[in-house]
Amino acid sequence: MVMPWALEMTLARPNVKNIVLVEGVRTPFLLSGTTYSDLMPHDLARAALQGLLHRTAIPKDVVDYIIYGTVIQEVKTSNVAREAALGAGFSDKIPSHTVTMACISSNQAMTSAVGLIAAGQCDAVVAGGVEFMSDVPIRHSRKMRKTMLSLNKAKTLGQRLSLLGSIRLAHLSPELPAVAEFSTSETMGHSADRLAAAFGVSRVEQDEFALRSHSLAKKAQDAGLLQDVISFKVPGRDIVSQDNGIRPSSMEQMAKLKPAFIKPHGTVTAANSSFLTDGASAVLIMSEEKALAMGYKPKAYLRDFVYVSQDPKDQLLLGPTYGTPKVLERAGLTMSDIDVFEFHEAFAGQIMANLKAMDSDWFAQTYMGRKSKVGTPPMDKFNLWGGSLSLGHPFGATGCRLVTTVAHRLQKEGGQYGLVAACAAGGQVSDTHPGGVFWLIVLLKNK
Amino acid sequence: MMMVPPRTHVSYELKDDVAVIRLNDPTSKVNTLSVQMQAELTEVMGEVWSNGAVKSAVFISTKPGCFIAGADINMIQACKSSEEVTSLSREGQKMFEKIEKSPIPIVAAINGSCLGGGLEFAIACQYRVATKSRKTILGTPEVMLGLLPGAGGTQRLPKMVGLPGAFDMMLTGRNIRADKAKKMGLVHQLVDPLGPGLKPAEERTIEYLEEVAVGVAKGIANKKVSLTKEKGFMQKLQDTVMGLGPVRKQIYKTVSDKVQKQTKGLYPAPVKIIESIQAGVEQGGEAGYVAEATNFGKLAMTSESRALIGLYQGQVICKKNHYGTPEKEVKKLAILGAGLMGAGIAQVSVDKGLTTILKDTAVDGISRGEQQVYKGLNDKVKKKALTSFARDTILSNLSAQLDYSSFKSADMVIEAVFEDINIKHKVLKEVEAVIPPHCIFASNTSALPIKDIAAASKRPEKVIGMHYFSPVDKMQLLEIITTDKTSKDTTASAVSVGLKQGKIIIVVGDGPGFYTTRCLAPMLAEAVRVLQEGVGPKRLDALTTSFGFPVGAATLADEVGIDVAAHVAEDLGKAFGSRFGGGNVDVLKTMVEKGFKGRKSGKGCYIYGKGKKDKSVNPDAEEILKKYKLAAHPAISTDSDIQYRLVSRFVNEAVLCLQENILRNPVEGDIGAVFGLGFPPCLGGPFRFVDSFGAERLVGIMKRFEDIYGNQFTPCQLLLDHAKNPSKKFHK
Repeated sequence: MVMPWALEMTLARPNVKNIVLVEGVRTPFLLSGTTYSDLMPHDLARAALQGLLHRTAIPKDVVDYIIYGTVIQEVKTSNVAREAALGAGFSDKIPSHTVTMACISSNQAMTSAVGLIAAGQCDAVVAGGVEFMSDVPIRHSRKMRKTMLSLNKAKTLGQRLSLLGSIRLAHLSPELPAVAEFSTSETMGHSADRLAAAFGVSRVEQDEFALRSHSLAKKAQDAGLLQDVISFKVPGRDIVSQDNGIRPSSMEQMAKLKPAFIKPHGTVTAANSSFLTDGASAVLIMSEEKALAMGYKPKAYLRDFVYVSQDPKDQLLLGPTYGTPKVLERAGLTMSDIDVFEFHEAFAGQIMANLKAMDSDWFAQTYMGRKSKVGTPPMDKFNLWGGSLSLGHPFGATGCRLVTTVAHRLQKEGGQYGLVAACAAGGQVSDTHPGGVFWLIVLLKNK
Repeated sequence: MMMVPPRTHVSYELKDDVAVIRLNDPTSKVNTLSVQMQAELTEVMGEVWSNGAVKSAVFISTKPGCFIAGADINMIQACKSSEEVTSLSREGQKMFEKIEKSPIPIVAAINGSCLGGGLEFAIACQYRVATKSRKTILGTPEVMLGLLPGAGGTQRLPKMVGLPGAFDMMLTGRNIRADKAKKMGLVHQLVDPLGPGLKPAEERTIEYLEEVAVGVAKGIANKKVSLTKEKGFMQKLQDTVMGLGPVRKQIYKTVSDKVQKQTKGLYPAPVKIIESIQAGVEQGGEAGYVAEATNFGKLAMTSESRALIGLYQGQVICKKNHYGTPEKEVKKLAILGAGLMGAGIAQVSVDKGLTTILKDTAVDGISRGEQQVYKGLNDKVKKKALTSFARDTILSNLSAQLDYSSFKSADMVIEAVFEDINIKHKVLKEVEAVIPPHCIFASNTSALPIKDIAAASKRPEKVIGMHYFSPVDKMQLLEIITTDKTSKDTTASAVSVGLKQGKIIIVVGDGPGFYTTRCLAPMLAEAVRVLQEGVGPKRLDALTTSFGFPVGAATLADEVGIDVAAHVAEDLGKAFGSRFGGGNVDVLKTMVEKGFKGRKSGKGCYIYGKGKKDKSVNPDAEEILKKYKLAAHPAISTDSDIQYRLVSRFVNEAVLCLQENILRNPVEGDIGAVFGLGFPPCLGGPFRFVDSFGAERLVGIMKRFEDIYGNQFTPCQLLLDHAKNPSKKFHK
């Protein structure tokens, strides 16, 4: 029998299944172009899956479904979830699919898993994400593609020759993955710089926040707190077991950098932005019943989530501000109830802008229809083990890292409730779907 | 002790060692270089320059969407002689020269319109930062007012953007967006407009612009920002080539020839602009400034400039809703008929966010119509005026359909079906059966009286005429026709929709041909007679264009459509009798029978090839004209006589429309004639033409024609009144 107050404590709802996070792992996140550079995306995803299998020792046929998130798709492995799952030795009877939703692609994979379990379709689902920026699909120009496709259909030598003869220099210029929002043609960094300016975030504030992220990450790494990282033997290379983007610098060093996007007066630089990263993550999500039946000690309840989206031009990166109060309201909690905050750090400027927006009555009244401001998370509960700025940001894989980190921090710090927020829309490289995602995670108290 | 009046237009504050000088005219929506503004500026600059602590300065406007929109036209209009205007120009030149030679660097921070005198002001500064806002436009539109940039613009621009660029800017008066301005070298640095933050977006954007400008100003003052830009190879090459006297001479000649060809010598301003630039480049600064000021004075006193300024002011008036706010805003618009007009109306509506239904009776019809709307928008994408994404979003406002579904939520229906009263009645009844009670029914007819159409309506107070001009996306005019029964709210609603569509609007009374078609009909009747008298289409075109019409009369008939012209001529002929006679309507009818319907059928007065300019006289049409040949009267058949025969009938009809209260005022009459029918802009419209030409002189000419042709040339009473009393003017 469950006591009513216990229900309240865990935010469980009558007639809704309790869904738990059993385990979460990730490959080390590496600067793109380093040790992973000769791999393919599914290799990284496979490594994460194997790590999860190893950690949980779950039988390879117990999992009901596998979902992966990714942003830049390798055309050869467009359903990267399936390729990775087969390679990792999961039963070929387990269906798998791949989702994309910019920087919150693996959040989407996890919420899809939650949906499948809540709907009674599945009991155990693996969700994850992968991003591989060391190699991206670069295409022939549209003109060239058209010519090549016609060439396939050409029947006579004469037709083929005339098609080949039609090739001009312009045909040969390649098409790089779009570096901008499709709808607004604006790059993410440019948007972040404008956002920082709109909220009056100074260069110094951004550099300070970036420095904080790197310092905290370094501390967490040294203290061995990043338990979600698994070691990965890269074929032909050494074993990799640590993130390699954590580089605490000094304010003086950082101040020397020139703006990366808006020149010459911008404030977003390479040092206060997240960098191009290769990496993969994976989590095991189960119904509580099943997890307990199999003898697992779940790390946390996955209790609620909210997706929000805004104008892609001017509010692209403001998702956390809009999502936070919504999810808190749904759960009947307030900001002060939350013990652990993990916000995705795309750019220091974007985090600072969100914090300022959350702290502004005017913004809340003018754009959110609220009576008063959302309120800001206290910094002593905020991203204490570093964030995307320092650990790295493989677009598709970051969501799982955030959720696993909250679970681990709750255990370590002895907190009750944790909250994840991430904004989406590609990083420096393409993607559509402007929006922010938002999550709430409730800790399962150790029995 | 003397009291110093507080400054209201210009204020400044020190930010460290930077003087931030803020402009804002509290009495107007835009900043202009008015007497007050100039006086305060001079005063403030005096204080700034005498303050040793100030190392640099920033000029910025705190008015949303406007830096400085130009000089104050009233100031120029108040002058009585060209000498007075010349001395105004000299003062302006001196003021900007001081800024150019300022001992401390001055940065112009530009957000919004920076035009005319505003641009001349900005280019006198040492550095320019501009926002990339859509509202930020730079340009020298003086030529469109028959003037020239009279405060150093003709002297500084060639140095800044090169001779060809300067000619292009000053002779076309075109607006230049910020990114283009940067490429041309007109501004040094761009700033992105900001979205929502802790303050309203534009307020914060202006603040941000100021922060950036202050940073730059400090940078220039302590030599961290360089004012000289490293020139690229092409720039160096161009400079070298432009350094050659003969090359420049050739440019002056080419530009002059082109101007002569395009203006037919009817517009003095472009010639004076070339003169002023040439004087400066060839004879040096001082000569250039003198030439600029003298020419500016001369131009300000020309009738052409007055006419163009009148049109500009009239256009401002016709872009306002004088009928109040409609009770219910039109959000959903339905258009009947997906032809050229219907689709054109749809294009300018979806563009502005109106949910639009385009209904036709055939699949082919809506397919063609939808394609027209798509093409119109996609052409903008090709010109980079629109992103493909914005195009798609705009198109999502359009629904093309064959039935009346969802008309029940329409706020306004505009019919653009075939010009036949029976068809109009049929659709009116069909529509009234499905639309909600508040929905307005507007007819886009060019000649059928609205009251005749409304006769079939259960609710005539909701019926109104909205006469668009083809091509709808290019022609700026909308003629709105009200009947005795049309309610004021219906009018207010129609005007509001028209304004949303970006139209210049005249509101006229009901009657056959309303105002515009009624003026055009007698002129076309005369054109047919002239053709019958043996003047070929080419000569007729040359005679009309050399009078200032942008399109010749024969070409115009082809563009309008010979069938439409025949229709109108017949209808109005019936309504107005012999006064609308002249040419034989059968000429037009025979042409229509043979399939010569004008440009749309490939043949009319001319035969049209594939290219835009590819046309030759249609020999078969000439055959028809020979069949209906009339003998020309030698007494009134000189070139000038032919021109006045055409124009006087047009003008007389316009004045008659005012006399009969079809027109509410001469301003709308002038605007309608110029923007809808291409009446020569240099004449400012029929009413301004009567004022400047002299009613008495016009009546005199008409009497000569009247003696031979009779009542078609009888001056109307109002024109006679003006002839009798020369102090009577249509425009004050």
